[in-house]
Amino acid sequence: MSIALVGLPNCGKTSLFNALTGSRQKVANYPGVTVERKEGWIRSEGAPLRVLDLPGTYSLDSRTPDEEITREVILGRFAGEARPEVLVAVLDATNLERNLALVLELKALQVPMVIALNMMDLASRRGLELDQRKLEAELGIRVFPTVAVRSQGLDPLIQAARSLREPRLGTQNWKPSTGSEVRARFNEVDRILRVCVTQASRPSERTRSLDRVVLHPVWGIVVLGVTLALMFQAIFSWASVPADWIELGVAAFGKWVGTLFSAGPLRSLIVDGMIAGVGAVLVFLPQILILFAFIYALEDSGYLARAAFLMDRIMSKVGLQGRALIPLLSSYACAIPGIMATRTIASPRDRLATILVTPLTTCSARLPVYTLLVGAFIPEQKVWGWLGLQGLVLLGLYVMGTVAPLTAAWALRRTVLRGPKPMLLMELPTYKRPSLKGLALGLLERTQLFLKRAGTIILALSVVIWFLSTYPQTSDGSVSIESSYAAQIGKTIEPVLRPLGFDWRVGMALVPGFAAREVMVSALGTVYAVEASDEGGVARLGEKLASSWSLATALSLIVWYVFAPQCISTLAVVRRETNSWRWTGFLLLYLTVLAYLASWVTYQGLSRIGWGY
Amino acid sequence: MSLLTLADLRPLERARILEVGTPSRVSSAETEDLIRALLEMGVVEGSEVQILHVAPWSQDPIAIEVRGALIALRRQEASLVRVERVQS
Repeated sequence: MSIALVGLPNCGKTSLFNALTGSRQKVANYPGVTVERKEGWIRSEGAPLRVLDLPGTYSLDSRTPDEEITREVILGRFAGEARPEVLVAVLDATNLERNLALVLELKALQVPMVIALNMMDLASRRGLELDQRKLEAELGIRVFPTVAVRSQGLDPLIQAARSLREPRLGTQNWKPSTGSEVRARFNEVDRILRVCVTQASRPSERTRSLDRVVLHPVWGIVVLGVTLALMFQAIFSWASVPADWIELGVAAFGKWVGTLFSAGPLRSLIVDGMIAGVGAVLVFLPQILILFAFIYALEDSGYLARAAFLMDRIMSKVGLQGRALIPLLSSYACAIPGIMATRTIASPRDRLATILVTPLTTCSARLPVYTLLVGAFIPEQKVWGWLGLQGLVLLGLYVMGTVAPLTAAWALRRTVLRGPKPMLLMELPTYKRPSLKGLALGLLERTQLFLKRAGTIILALSVVIWFLSTYPQTSDGSVSIESSYAAQIGKTIEPVLRPLGFDWRVGMALVPGFAAREVMVSALGTVYAVEASDEGGVARLGEKLASSWSLATALSLIVWYVFAPQCISTLAVVRRETNSWRWTGFLLLYLTVLAYLASWVTYQGLSRIGWGY
Repeated sequence: MSLLTLADLRPLERARILEVGTPSRVSSAETEDLIRALLEMGVVEGSEVQILHVAPWSQDPIAIEVRGALIALRRQEASLVRVERVQS
């Protein structure tokens, strides 16, 4: 038997889902779209009960892909999804004035339904006095008070849902409601509330007083700035501690595995190919999890919508929505969670614009490359006596990585993605404490997804790169990088790269860099025969590069890294989220052209003034 | 007939919604969608409304309270909502 949870956004539906199913849940995507499908099982007494957590919606007239799924599943029209036998309408008891309208709409479908009157504790505290019997009589639906975050009131709700299974009446004849039907529903809500509610619940005092600061024209910006600064601090500095552990762990593991095999191709494949390759990506796990935890907490607490409200004006100047702020910020860690965070943007066109510009943000995988090249080529001198020049250049790169996506958005909205100005109509939910259970489940899920990716795509790519740079071996069986397949690829593409100041060595390091940007550092190490993973290895590699490259080449390569779509995982995610090869191809093309032009200008310009040797 | 709209209200001024729609203008499909969206979020005739917050810099967008919820929208969208002031 199956039930589905339906309700407005922020009604506590997901808390109820988590409370009902615990960890017995499965999160996936609906086929063909990027809407999350959450399914779980209840194993209390009786037959197992399948629970589907449908995306939150204000009504059945869909405005977003999420809302459309909710309607189609309820109507039993969604291919591959059995129609739920009983609906559980989840209502925010503190806001019946709006939540009941959805119940009336669902009731018209004549599907078996029970009501979870959720957040009942909060509602009572805010003074709600409600005659539950009268409400049941008015609606003709059984009502159960619940407090999902504390798992209260769940058993009677589920028992009632189980007993409701009955032959259902037709629901196929659903039509979008007209404006006057929507108005009539709200009038009916007001009538029912007059009958059943003796004392309405007051608005949340806490939310009001918090908002006086958080949405204040001046203090609001200060709060936003501090929040973002904290988030960056967490990503860049706190994350480095567990990242170092992972790095040490991978190195130790590689060493230990190395002792199990005798020297030879197999050991090389496992240690240098698989373990080193996957390890290079695993170090990003702490960053991604910390970022996810931040975003989860901001979203769940209700702050994220407020940040979007504060930033809406600026974002709309370049043709994006306030909600695009979070994807862009997330991309400072990694474009992949950034692109996934665009799911909260309702309009497909706005969402696409955001997806297409996020890869320009300075992600953390660029940092190792920047660090290497800036350290090697920018002299360590002070500007105005106290500012380090290297730091300034790095800051400049971050500024470029911030201006570039905004400029690109502005340009895209005026060309290929021209359209009406994105509209803004967004609820600012009541503040609440983020649920730790939800956070834990979310982190677990992210980790699983990440490890799955590292164990499949990245593992496979690592093996390919290892193969390309190790074979063919010379006649005496030794490995010569100069004659490897990777070098041959480098030499083949050299003519195209020469105007940018890159020779075949850079070319062959760029190729594995496509798998993951940071792999570029170890690839350069291989090319210049420096063990970059050793202690001090990066510094020695820097010296080597400084003696063999011109400043123009180095800066050209840095600029290439600012723009180039050097990350196959990002492209894979874009493909999945846009569900379009065309837009993925467009992204690859426009970023590559942009990177090529920018590097060309850099190299040619600097050579002209004599910095190209 | 009063032509006061939600976009014209000062913060914390109390008002009642008279009409959501574009009686005088030619309405496009987008405005129709917007009107529907406003109605579904509870911005319906007869409900009380007030502006609680305005965004920094240009005072746009605004955050309104209606039917116990706080909703952010731009002034352009708010101008579709005709209101009358009520005494508190």
